[in-house]
Amino acid sequence: MKLEINGQTHDVDVPADMPLLWVLRDVVGLTGTKFGCGMAQCGACTVHVDGAPLRACVTPAAALAGKKITTIEGLSKDADHPVQRAWIETDVVQCGYCQSGQIMSAVALLAQNAKPTDAEIDAAMTGNICRCGTYQRIRTAVHRASELMAASAAKEKSHA
Amino acid sequence: MRNDLSLQAAQTRRAFLKTTATLSAGLVVACFIPLGLRRAFAEDAPKPAAPVIPPNAFVRIAPDNSVTVLLKHSELGQGVWTSIPMVVAEELDCDWSRVRVEHAPAAPAYAHTAFGIQMTGGSTSTWESFDQLRKAGAMARALLIAAAAQKWKVQAGDCHTEKGVVICGKHKATYGELADAAAKLPLPAEVKLKDAKDFTLIGKPTKRLDSKAKVNGTAEFGIDVKRPNMVVAVVARSPVPGGKVKSFDASKAKAVPGVIDVVQVPTGIAVLGKHFWAAKQGRDALAIEWDAGAGATLSSVAMREQYQKTSRTPGAVAKTAGDVETAFKGAKVIEADYTVPFLAHAPMEPENCTVEIGKDGADIWTGTQFQTFDQQLSAKILGLKPEQVRIHTTFLGGGFGRRANPTCDYVTEAVEVAKASGKTVKVVWTREDDIQGGYYRPMWHSRLRATLAKDGKPAAWAHTIVGQSILAGTPFAPMMIKNGIDTTSVEGAADSPYLESIPAHHVELHSPTSPISVLWWRSVGHSHTAFVVESFVDELAHAAKKDPLEYRRALLPSSSRERLALDLAAEKFGWGKPLPKGHGAGIAVHESFGSYVAQIAEVSVDDKKQLKVHRVVCAIDCGPVVNPLTVEAQMQSGIMFGLAAALHSELTFKDGKPEQSNFHNYTVLRLNEAPQVEVYSVPSTDKMGGCGEPGTPPIAPAVANAVFAATGQRLRNLPLRPA
Repeated sequence: MKLEINGQTHDVDVPADMPLLWVLRDVVGLTGTKFGCGMAQCGACTVHVDGAPLRACVTPAAALAGKKITTIEGLSKDADHPVQRAWIETDVVQCGYCQSGQIMSAVALLAQNAKPTDAEIDAAMTGNICRCGTYQRIRTAVHRASELMAASAAKEKSHA
Repeated sequence: MRNDLSLQAAQTRRAFLKTTATLSAGLVVACFIPLGLRRAFAEDAPKPAAPVIPPNAFVRIAPDNSVTVLLKHSELGQGVWTSIPMVVAEELDCDWSRVRVEHAPAAPAYAHTAFGIQMTGGSTSTWESFDQLRKAGAMARALLIAAAAQKWKVQAGDCHTEKGVVICGKHKATYGELADAAAKLPLPAEVKLKDAKDFTLIGKPTKRLDSKAKVNGTAEFGIDVKRPNMVVAVVARSPVPGGKVKSFDASKAKAVPGVIDVVQVPTGIAVLGKHFWAAKQGRDALAIEWDAGAGATLSSVAMREQYQKTSRTPGAVAKTAGDVETAFKGAKVIEADYTVPFLAHAPMEPENCTVEIGKDGADIWTGTQFQTFDQQLSAKILGLKPEQVRIHTTFLGGGFGRRANPTCDYVTEAVEVAKASGKTVKVVWTREDDIQGGYYRPMWHSRLRATLAKDGKPAAWAHTIVGQSILAGTPFAPMMIKNGIDTTSVEGAADSPYLESIPAHHVELHSPTSPISVLWWRSVGHSHTAFVVESFVDELAHAAKKDPLEYRRALLPSSSRERLALDLAAEKFGWGKPLPKGHGAGIAVHESFGSYVAQIAEVSVDDKKQLKVHRVVCAIDCGPVVNPLTVEAQMQSGIMFGLAAALHSELTFKDGKPEQSNFHNYTVLRLNEAPQVEVYSVPSTDKMGGCGEPGTPPIAPAVANAVFAATGQRLRNLPLRPA
């Protein structure tokens, strides 16, 4: 089957029921998307399909033909997406294992809601577990990313 | 086998002490080149333009002026990837922006200065290596100065350094230019370390060096390792602790597309596939008949009842003074039973390990905290010398104790699978394997009794603890089990500072056994003793009609570090000020791993019995701080981890099997439940303690005490369930 991942087409020979997560990790070689639970409970495997967040561990790859899949590797060239910059500025990460999924969820949230409140962040990000407990800094970083995105949007507007 | 190991550990420790003695005289490690790294370099990576220069085991300086710190500890989220290099860089006086970090290979030079083996645990990393790594940095700097002095024909004493440059009058040379010559010089006999007042890096909030790799998906965890011709294996293990395979039929498993092989190993049946999905589907298709053994009837309900009965019988004495039974006679005795359940660690990265057996030894890639044991036990399975087993430590996706297992279960199992199959293999655990695969925080029962004197202070205190020993049968047993007392079972209870002010006190321990394997879980024994002691002290305060803060202050010596932490937390929280209606505040203070942590939680319980933690104020005295950002993050982290256990997590057994399997029923803390946590440090020049664990113990009692303040309900079992 053909899959479009981070703007590139991959022709993969996998069983139809194989979840996208394992196609990404073990076949295509994109290991930034993580395995945490295998049943859409922890969010570590969050990717975007046509811009919407999706748990790759329970989504058969066969269902995604013709759709645009974005993984953490496809988010930016040099960790310079505003959400990634906010994460670095805020010193969010600890072990780091859940953070690809956290960031993908945060990017999707901010695409829908450019200036979320704490309660809106809680609601959108509660599906992503972090055992290190970086939650407080995640909240701060989502707010910071929102500011960075607003600032760059304003800059673009003034250039236009 | 375990005796061999402890002997080897002891020998390693002696060897290490010898090494340190030599190091201070200045030799041995000077020409140490990590073999594993050199080999990995030769095989995997394009060769660098120029060779890296190894002034010593911990620092390499390359001609491009980059400084690589070889980290002997494992980075599992606690921040050693940043704080430890800060210590080296402080004395080396290099350019912090040019500092890179690599996990060191497994080698004697990287042994823990107190335990004698290479390991990360016990919240010890910073204090155990502080002097050692300052010396390593200072020695490298001295060599670079010596090389410059030789080159310029000047006195070393006339040279100074600035951010990776040696300067003498008009002469200037970068560390990269001098490294080659410096590496050829004899190490100085002595080096002078900086005065703490001159520190420019230590003590300054410093951002993590691993952030970028962890936000763009490039950080390599064990589960991400890929080797040529590697296959992935998933193992079927006994559903009942201690069970064995009676018989199995692999025909359906072998028919799954992508399954390559099925092999039996001591822990179960391994299915090898060309990717995880094939191996997992194959594993699920196995037909296995298990011999459950003694664990077949395991029931945590029955165990809990038995523990309660046992707590009424005399145990091994951990601490005693005066005569408690006489004190109890005719007095009003306050009695309480406290329980905490078995807990899984559930790190976000499930256990995994990659093994490649070659002609001259074996290579192992994994996230581990116990490199020396991994090396020794793997070598034994493969009939190799330990040094022929090269451990490549990756980033660890959390650990919390699970990746510091003296039995090296997930490493030795992967070695067995590689040996049995003859293939380069990555064994990956599912979340169900992780939660049901054993090695749990022990279930504990505590029985407490106390009487109060006229002034309200305790006159007698008796505490009986029942729970499995973590250390029994491990190489740590000779060092840490004394007179039948596993020190980790009673830590925080037998050495509670309150006991010093109680004339008659008595702490006893029962260490029952069961087929369930137990292991340290972030803060080990303190994860139950802080809850029990700090809750019961709160009960006594209320019985004495005293303010819980003032009651604790009155029991603790005025100069104690607990008092300093308590006072700071109380001041920052605004203890005693009115709270919103329905809210309550609870306080707890507890020393663990050399750090003194006080926490105050503000909670409410709604009509639906939902307990919410609104705010936590945390004060810590951990002595001198290397990186304030690490301390803050570790306190937040320890609190969130402890809150998961206080509010939700519980592992129970029925008919021999764990009843929980994944995050839907082994519940942990989620973002919407995370309170705002404020962290304050007590300015301190006292003895340095740890940070990885000490944030966890006080949170459960702080919350339980706050529930009492809010509702009048005293909750004595974890997880806390308001009725």
